[in-house]
Amino acid sequence: MSVPVLSVRDLEVSFPSEAGRVDAVRGVDFDLHPGRTLGIVGESGSGKSVTSMAVMGLLPDYAAVSGSITLNGRDLLGLDDRQLSKIRGRELGMIFQDPLSSLTPIFSVGRQLVEALQIHQDLDRDVAWKRAVELLDLVGIPNAAARARSFPHEFSGGMRQRVVIATAIANNPGVLIADEPTTALDVTVQAQILEVLKLAQAETGAALILITHDLGVVAGTADEVMVMYAGRPVEKAPVDVLFARPRMPYTIGVLGAVPRVDSAARAPLVPITGNPPLLIDLPPGCPFEPRCPISVARCADGEPELGPASRTTAGHTVACIRADGIEDGQIDGAPVYPLPPVPESPAVALPRDQRPAVLELTAVSKTYPLLKGALLKRRVGWVYAVSEVSLDIREGETLGLVGESGCGKTTTLVEIMNLRRPEHGTLRVGGVDVAELRGRGAERELRRRLQMVFQDPMGSLDPRLTVFDILAEPLRAVGEADRAAIGRRVEKLMELVGLDPEHSDRFPTAFSGGQRQRIGIARALATSPSLVVLDEPVSALDVSIQAGVINLLNELKAELGLSYLFVAHDLSVVRNISDRVAVMYLGRIVEIGAVDEVFEHPRHPYTEALLSAIPVPDPQVERTRKRVLLRGDLPSPTDSSPGCRFVSRCPLHLTLDDAQRARCTDETPALTGGGDVDHRNACHFR
Amino acid sequence: MTANIPGLEPLVDDVSSVPSAVEERGVGRRHTSRRRLYLRRFLRNRGAVVGLAILALLILFALAGSLFTSYTYTDVDFANLSSAPSPEHVFGTNGAGNDTYAQAVHGLQRSLVIALAVSLLTTMIAAFVGAAAAYLGGLPEKIILGVVHFLLVVPSFLILALVSQRAHGDWRVLILVLTVFGWMFGARVVWSLTTSLREREYVQAARYMGVGPVRIVLRHLIPNIGSLLIVSFTLGVVATVQSETALSFIGFGVQLPDVSLGTMLSDGANTVSSAPWLFYFPAGLVTLLTVSMALIGDGLRDALDPTSRSGGRA
Repeated sequence: MSVPVLSVRDLEVSFPSEAGRVDAVRGVDFDLHPGRTLGIVGESGSGKSVTSMAVMGLLPDYAAVSGSITLNGRDLLGLDDRQLSKIRGRELGMIFQDPLSSLTPIFSVGRQLVEALQIHQDLDRDVAWKRAVELLDLVGIPNAAARARSFPHEFSGGMRQRVVIATAIANNPGVLIADEPTTALDVTVQAQILEVLKLAQAETGAALILITHDLGVVAGTADEVMVMYAGRPVEKAPVDVLFARPRMPYTIGVLGAVPRVDSAARAPLVPITGNPPLLIDLPPGCPFEPRCPISVARCADGEPELGPASRTTAGHTVACIRADGIEDGQIDGAPVYPLPPVPESPAVALPRDQRPAVLELTAVSKTYPLLKGALLKRRVGWVYAVSEVSLDIREGETLGLVGESGCGKTTTLVEIMNLRRPEHGTLRVGGVDVAELRGRGAERELRRRLQMVFQDPMGSLDPRLTVFDILAEPLRAVGEADRAAIGRRVEKLMELVGLDPEHSDRFPTAFSGGQRQRIGIARALATSPSLVVLDEPVSALDVSIQAGVINLLNELKAELGLSYLFVAHDLSVVRNISDRVAVMYLGRIVEIGAVDEVFEHPRHPYTEALLSAIPVPDPQVERTRKRVLLRGDLPSPTDSSPGCRFVSRCPLHLTLDDAQRARCTDETPALTGGGDVDHRNACHFR
Repeated sequence: MTANIPGLEPLVDDVSSVPSAVEERGVGRRHTSRRRLYLRRFLRNRGAVVGLAILALLILFALAGSLFTSYTYTDVDFANLSSAPSPEHVFGTNGAGNDTYAQAVHGLQRSLVIALAVSLLTTMIAAFVGAAAAYLGGLPEKIILGVVHFLLVVPSFLILALVSQRAHGDWRVLILVLTVFGWMFGARVVWSLTTSLREREYVQAARYMGVGPVRIVLRHLIPNIGSLLIVSFTLGVVATVQSETALSFIGFGVQLPDVSLGTMLSDGANTVSSAPWLFYFPAGLVTLLTVSMALIGDGLRDALDPTSRSGGRA
C-alpha cells in the first residue's frame, strides 16, 4: 500500500469545564492514503469534530492536545498558528457544515477564491481570477464567470457549499476534511453536493475525511469507516465489511436504529437504552458497557483495545471483548438486540373510510405580502406559501407531510394550529369548522383535542419551569384546577413516556435531548388529545435516541388510538411511522397516498427524485442504484402564474415534445389518479 | 465551525429512557443545580465578592450605626458647632451643631431605601410593560412603544425637580416621581430582548395550548429575562443613588430636617475647605455604595451569562 498522507497516532484532546476535565478525544489512530475516503461516524459528543479540528489546528488555546498528527512526514502538533496557517488551505482543505458562516458576506465569492489562491501561491490577480472561475465552473456553478462577482447571500445553500468546496480544493491540497458537509442541506441538494465532493476528490486526488452522523452518506461515499463512541474509535473497517458484518454491539445497534427508506417492513427500530456517557472522570471499563445489552462483568474491568477479533477480515478492527462470539447481529445464536413487539392499533380494524376524520383541510391557501420600503411599506408581491392544500386524517391514522425546506410544511402546520379561518378554503378539526368557532370556551375545547410536539427539544420547554409545571400547564390551560388531579395526571404522563415520575421536580436542563423530547410528547398528551401534530420531532436527536422516540410514538399511537400529523424532511422516518404520506413542493401537494404505494411506486417526478436522493445505509444498494439528480434549487415562491411549479427542475419535462411541454407551463396540474388504490399525484403525464 | 464540546452544560442526570423496560438507572450522578452554579461563578469573581462585602457592611452600618452614638440626626449640640472629628463626635459636627455621624447613618438609610424601592419598582414596571409590548405585537406594541418613546424625550429631571419641590422634599413622593420617570429605558431594553424570546418554541407551545397572554408574559417571558432584570436592578440602584444625590445636591430632593447623603454632600460642598469632614464622610459613603453595587452588578452579569469568561479553567 502507498505511504499515508496523514497519519494520526494516540490523539488525545481534553477541555476544561465547570464540572471537571472533559476528555473529548481519547486515543484516535488512523492512516489516510491518497485518494481514499475515511468516514468518521458517531453521535454528537463522540469526538469526531474535535478530532478534525485537532488535525486542522483549530482548537481553542485552552484545549490540551497530545499524540501525533503527521502530514506528509511533518508533525503538526508542534507547530504554532503561523506555521499552521501556511499548511491549512495549501495541504489541508476544510469544508464546514454551515456554508453561510464559512464565507465572508462582504466580499464576492470570486474575490474570496482569489484570496485563497494568492495566500499560498505566487499568482498575479488576473491569473488567480481566471483560476477562480475555473474552480467555480468545476464545482458546477452555472455561468461561473459572471457568478464569481456575486456575493455569498446571492447564492442558495447548496451553491454556497459548492463555493466552499471550490475554496477548499483551490490549492490542490493532499487532504480534504469535510465536517458534516451536507447536514444543513436538503436531500436533493445533498445528493448534488456529494457528487461534487466526489468530483473534487477525483480532480485533486486528495484523501478525504468525511465526518457525519448519517450512515447513508458514509455508505455511499467512504472507503473505510471509523465508528467513534465516547471519544474513542470502537470499530474500524472497510465500508462493505462494516455494514455487512458489524461486530461491535454499538455499531450493530446504530445500524438497526436507522429506519430505512427502502424497507416496507414496519418493524420496531433497535432502541439503545440510556445516553452516551459524560466524558468527565470516566469509570474504567468499556464506555458502552452501561448501554450494552450483552455486557458481562468483565466489561467493567478495563477498556478494550481496538484490535482484530476472530474471523475478522483484513483491516477490520473492533474494541469489544465479546466480539469473537458476535456474528450477523447475533451472539451465540441469540440476537444482540431483542426487538420489542409490534404494537397494533385497535382503530385500524375498521376500514379507513368508516373511521371519523379528525382533521380536514379543503383547498387551504396562505399568502404573505412581500413588503418593500423603509418607512412606508408597500406591497410589491405575494409569497404563495401554501396553495390549495387538501388533506384529511382519519382516527388512528398517521399522515406524513414531507418536502424540502421552503415547501410550505411549516406554514400548513401554523395554519392548523392557529385555529383561525384560513384565507381560502376550510379547516375542520374533529368535525368542527374553525370558521364557526365562537368564544374562548369553544376554542379551548378544540385545543384540548389538538396538541403539538415541537422540533427542538431544547427550545420547546421553558428552561425556568420544572417538568411538573411544564406538564401541568396544558391541563391548567383547559381549566383543570384540582391540584391533586393534576399531580396524578403528571405522574401518569411521566410513566407513559418512560420517565421516572420522581424526576418531575427537575428543570429541563437536567435531561438529555431524547428525554426532553419525551417530556414534550408527554405535554402534548396531557389533555388526552385525539390529534397530535408533530413538527420534525426526531430530527434534532441522535440516531440511537431517535429510534427510542419513534418506537414510543408508535406505541402511544396504538395504545391511545391517537392520530398524528407527522411533518418531516427525513423520508426514512416517515416511512417507518406513517400510514399515508403527502409530498409537498412549493406550497402544493404533488403526491398523496398510502405510504407503501407512494414509496414503492412514486409517480410524480419530484417524489421520484426525492426518494432516490435519500442515502440508504447499505453500501451495496447505495452504490448500485440509479439516482435522479435534480438540477438547481427551489424557484421563488412569489410566482403565481399557472403551470406546474416543478417545471424548472423536472427531469421528465426535458423528455417531452413541445405540445406536452406547453401543457406543463400553461396548465396547473390537479391531484388525480387513484381509482382503487389510495394514491393520487399532480402531474399531467403520470 | 463548531466543535461539539461535551460536558460544558450543567450535568445531566440519566433517567430510564426506554418505555418497555422501565428500569431505574443511576440517579446518583453529580448534579450541579443552576443556583449552585451561578453562586460558584459569582464567587469566582473577586471584585463582586468585595462589592458584596462592602454592601453588607454599609447595610449593617445603616441599620445598627445609631447604636454607637447618643445623638440622633436632629439633635443639636450647641457646644460643638462645626467642630472637627473628636471622640465625642466621631465624624465631627456641622454648622448647626448636628452630629455628622448620626446624620450619615440616617442619610445612608434614606438613600438606600429610596434607591432600592425605586430600582425595584422601575424594574418591575419595565419588565411587565416591555414584555407585554413584545408579546402582544401589532397595534398594542406600537402604542406602548410610542408612549415609552414619548416619555424618554420628556425632560424628566426638570419635572422631577419641580414636583419634589412642591412636595417639600417628602422622600415618598421622591420615590414615586423617580419611578414614574425612570422605567422607560428599562422597558425599551426588555422589549427588544423579548421580541426574540416571543418567537421561541415554548412560547408558541403555550399559545397553542390556549394559555392566556398575561400568563404567558408572567410565566414564560419575564422569568427568562430574569438575569437581565437582576442586573438592571443592581445597576438601577446605582443610578437612583446618583440621581437622588444630584437632586438633593441642587436642593430639589430630600429637604431639611430630613437628610439624605445628597443633602449632606450639598451642605458639605460649601464648606469643603473650612470643614472638610462634612463633605468627605458622606462622599465616601456614596462612593462605596455605588462602587459596591456596580461590582455586584458586573459579577452577576458574568455569572448569569453562559458565554462569559468565568467558566473557569481546569
